[in-house]
Amino acid sequence: MAEERRVLLEYADKINPENAQDYINVGGYKGLEKARKMDSKDLIQEVKRSGLRGRGGAGFNAGLKWSFVPPAEVKYVVCNLDEGEPGTYKDRIICEKNAQALLEGMAICGAAINSNQGYIYCRGEYPFIVELLRNAINSAKESGALGDFDIEVRMGAGAYVCGEETALIESIEGHRGEPRFKPPFPGVEGLWGVPTVVNNVETFACLPYIIENGADWFAGIGAQKYPGTKVLTLTGDIEKATYFEVPTDYLLKDVIYELGGGIKGGKKFKAVQVGGTSGAFIPEQNLNTPIDFDSMGAMGAALGSGAAFVMDETRDIVDIVTRISKFFEHESCGKCNPCREGTFRCREIMEKINSGRGTEKDIDNLLLLGRVMKKAALCGLGQAAPIPILSTIEHFKHEYSRKLLQYA
Amino acid sequence: MANYKDIIESNKDKEGGVIEVFHALQKEFNYIPEEALLEAARVFGISAAQAYGVATFYSYLSVEKRGKYIIRICESAPCHVAGADEVLKAMENYLGIKAGETTSDGKYTLELTECVGQCQATPVITINSEPIFNVTAAKIPEILAAYK
Repeated sequence: MAEERRVLLEYADKINPENAQDYINVGGYKGLEKARKMDSKDLIQEVKRSGLRGRGGAGFNAGLKWSFVPPAEVKYVVCNLDEGEPGTYKDRIICEKNAQALLEGMAICGAAINSNQGYIYCRGEYPFIVELLRNAINSAKESGALGDFDIEVRMGAGAYVCGEETALIESIEGHRGEPRFKPPFPGVEGLWGVPTVVNNVETFACLPYIIENGADWFAGIGAQKYPGTKVLTLTGDIEKATYFEVPTDYLLKDVIYELGGGIKGGKKFKAVQVGGTSGAFIPEQNLNTPIDFDSMGAMGAALGSGAAFVMDETRDIVDIVTRISKFFEHESCGKCNPCREGTFRCREIMEKINSGRGTEKDIDNLLLLGRVMKKAALCGLGQAAPIPILSTIEHFKHEYSRKLLQYA
Repeated sequence: MANYKDIIESNKDKEGGVIEVFHALQKEFNYIPEEALLEAARVFGISAAQAYGVATFYSYLSVEKRGKYIIRICESAPCHVAGADEVLKAMENYLGIKAGETTSDGKYTLELTECVGQCQATPVITINSEPIFNVTAAKIPEILAAYK
């Protein structure tokens, strides 16, 4: 079976995302209505039972995250729309096709944790989405669908690290987007020091459908331990470089060869990097794997944001990884030493190898440095930065070897 | 041209809104002029150092004067394999400036950027944040003709 399963994107291009009435006409805001009649504990329990796990990349059970929020007078619901992983644009697509579902999902979260203020942190690259969302919010408020739940949109300014939830909070507060030490986690001490739930766009957008159709319905879609659908974006050497929504037990090879239409220009496959630029490079022998969080993790990769960057047989892996290492050097916020120095040295060594001046010792140093960064960096950026390097040394060592000095 | 004091004043009640103010200032001036930055710091009750710290942390904010049109060339991996390097070289040649510089007539500033989230049509450039798809060296004169 290799078909899309559209839940979030069922009415893509059939409704105006800015218009609440369009969304209501196709059954929208029924989940929120139901959620508001439920006891908040039961509502959290229902989300927990659905098995919905964070779609931003960390894969944490959403209901469980909410259950950690202590009672407090003021709490916030924050939506992470800072998708900065190169190759990823699924949150933009969800907003462009079904923004009202995001707003409804945030309001459902508000009902669960007893908050009436939400923030959407939108990346600075998407000023047109900020406008779309502000119109969508106005329309939803006017229709009365959101009730007393308010949502404010704040725009980032081009910092990848702000996708990390505590850096995102710092940025909303008007500071440099540097991650905080955890604990305390945002659920306990988040935006302006009060309990805050931060979830990804796609996670929120799943909620209306879960509440309306029930936890069992959602739990029955896709992979058992990471149920539901996932919006994927395909880029690189692929015939159909576009987005798809699939059940989470969908096979990676079907993403590439069925939905993606195979490698561009009839060339052969070399590698796919899944989860954005911080993801592992996956060789051909591992393609027969479902895309869900745990299956990808079991083979040393990650579903991450759901981006799939496909490379054909002619691509130079070392050159691409060198470019990726520049990305991380640029995006490291500089707060912690393992990341600030580590991303700098990774880039330096990768450039040395890529220009034909590297030795075996450089590869050993990359392996050691990568291990240190994975363990010692403060946030996910520094921990994930060496993954493209480590995974390509594991699966494509010959591409490194042929660039080393003794073979030049 | 709007007065920077009015721009700051109209955003002053937004908690933590200094970044919002910087965006609003850039919309008007394309960068954050020094006197506006100092005024924003004063209104939001932060030091000038903190305000500079914020303004220089984010790639999309600039405390240096920039041109009327800010051209950004995406360098991230999907654009890289699609030929972003050639687009950059061609753009530098066409404008006669290097990345990070502004043309002498004050019209174009050329910047490099990481992923702009339009990876369905690589390589991508943006001009004042508007994405332009499947860019090639040959298309550059035609693209820029629309930004006078």
